[in-house]
Amino acid sequence: MLGEGALAQLKREGRIVVVGASLAGLRAAETLRAKGFAGSLTMIGDEPCEPYDRPPLSKGVLLGRARADRTALPRLRSVDATWRLGVPASGLDMAARRVRLADGDEVPYDRLLIATGVRARPWPREEEAELDGVFVLRTRDDGAALARRLDEGPERVLVIGGGFAGSEVASACRERGLPVTVAERGAAPLVGALGGVVATVAAGLQREHGVDLRCGVTVTALEGDASGRVRAAHLSDGSTVETDVVVVSLGALRNTEWLNGSGLGAGPRGIACDAGCRAFDIRGIVTDDIYAAGDVARCPHPLFGYQFLSLEHWGNAVAQAGIAAHNMLSESTDRLPHMDVPSFWSSQFGVNIKSVGVPSLGTEIFISQGSLDSRRFIGVYGYQGRVIGAVSFDHGRWLPFYKELIESTAPFPPQFPTVDRHADGQRPMDADFPDPSVPSHGPTVTLSGYSPADRRMTFTPAH
Amino acid sequence: MVSIAVDLNRCQGYAQCAFLAPEIFTMHGDEALLYDPDADDAQREKLAQAAAACPVQAILVDAVDEPAEAVPGAR
Repeated sequence: MLGEGALAQLKREGRIVVVGASLAGLRAAETLRAKGFAGSLTMIGDEPCEPYDRPPLSKGVLLGRARADRTALPRLRSVDATWRLGVPASGLDMAARRVRLADGDEVPYDRLLIATGVRARPWPREEEAELDGVFVLRTRDDGAALARRLDEGPERVLVIGGGFAGSEVASACRERGLPVTVAERGAAPLVGALGGVVATVAAGLQREHGVDLRCGVTVTALEGDASGRVRAAHLSDGSTVETDVVVVSLGALRNTEWLNGSGLGAGPRGIACDAGCRAFDIRGIVTDDIYAAGDVARCPHPLFGYQFLSLEHWGNAVAQAGIAAHNMLSESTDRLPHMDVPSFWSSQFGVNIKSVGVPSLGTEIFISQGSLDSRRFIGVYGYQGRVIGAVSFDHGRWLPFYKELIESTAPFPPQFPTVDRHADGQRPMDADFPDPSVPSHGPTVTLSGYSPADRRMTFTPAH
Repeated sequence: MVSIAVDLNRCQGYAQCAFLAPEIFTMHGDEALLYDPDADDAQREKLAQAAAACPVQAILVDAVDEPAEAVPGAR
């Protein structure tokens, strides 16, 4: 059989190129070797350092308990790769099967994995973004620079955007005793991801910890002093915040520009791929030699009506990397779908927030255990009579149970008694997600494509 | 040095690691875990114990002693 022989040959002496040398890229490379790939493996990354872990950057690093340049990802096995680091990929020739690098070099491949991830959305006005004291937080360098500035003891930190990342920055600042203002466009922090009921709890948490939380406002301008250092921010309600450190936390942009004109189905929403992580071309035809994984991928999910999900989650990057690597080396009948239930965590203001499923798809919420007042609870999200997501505040041990409910499309509201049921757990409430047509902070889950809900969230920066 | 990452989706705050290797793992609040992603070689033994004791096996540690392909100067 030609097919079988070709696969054996690929495993023995094929060339696999991974663009994106972060969590998804590294885990895919390890999986390829674990599955017996003996050919050549090339890892291409735009940053000059080996793969590192990002979650500590907004937590331990900002608290001064870990160093930004010391978060290298553990190596679970040797990958025996050629590393092309510090040079971004700049183009793709699908017909010739070559990746172009920014330094003019070209790397040929038999199978390609794209895991170029996302980058921080910059402050939209370039001259203001360049003021000294204005930061984003995505890379190791960002983390090191921000941590260094926090060490200097700024007068006041302004965080623009109250999503998970912005809230974690605010939490770290408060823990270090620094005055913090958070400016959030929505009604409360985390409202885009978790809805108004839970966001109200998050707002209370921030205020109790001394955050000057301003909701329903946007930052209209950043003002610098004569030496080019930021000194104030002007808000849409007419107020001014005097600040010497501004952290722009407005979500992320997908790194797909280098694929423009390549013919691959890539754009601002990510790279469209099938449930097995194979990328589509712009004609909607699936390729068989190009795969995508991690934050940059946009994959139809069987549990959520096969609509395309982009997930900026650590666990999703690991799971998709494993699926993509497996499928690259498998006959079509042996391939696996990416069915992992989305999950993520965030710790802020001493509370451990975890989630499974896709809360932002829900319309109702039911506090099945604990209470909102105590800030220890499980919130179950319902959509059209089924359980679609769950969030826990310091109640993480119960989440695997709720994950099973999501996987088994259990009815909502849950039909069984739970321990620790309180008054707010007597009946479901409106989950109070913002109108999706109203811009919010960048969600970490983007839903797109056809769906019964067709909930779209797009960030539009204030001008 | 030994690189560490914790799959905090798995972590359920049992805190076994915080008892066995307190220099590396500390609880932050009731349930959240803070860890130093880069431990001293001197702590390898304790780290191995902590990783082994984790009831949900959430602690990931370098399995390759000296990553052969580590980027020169990056570690």
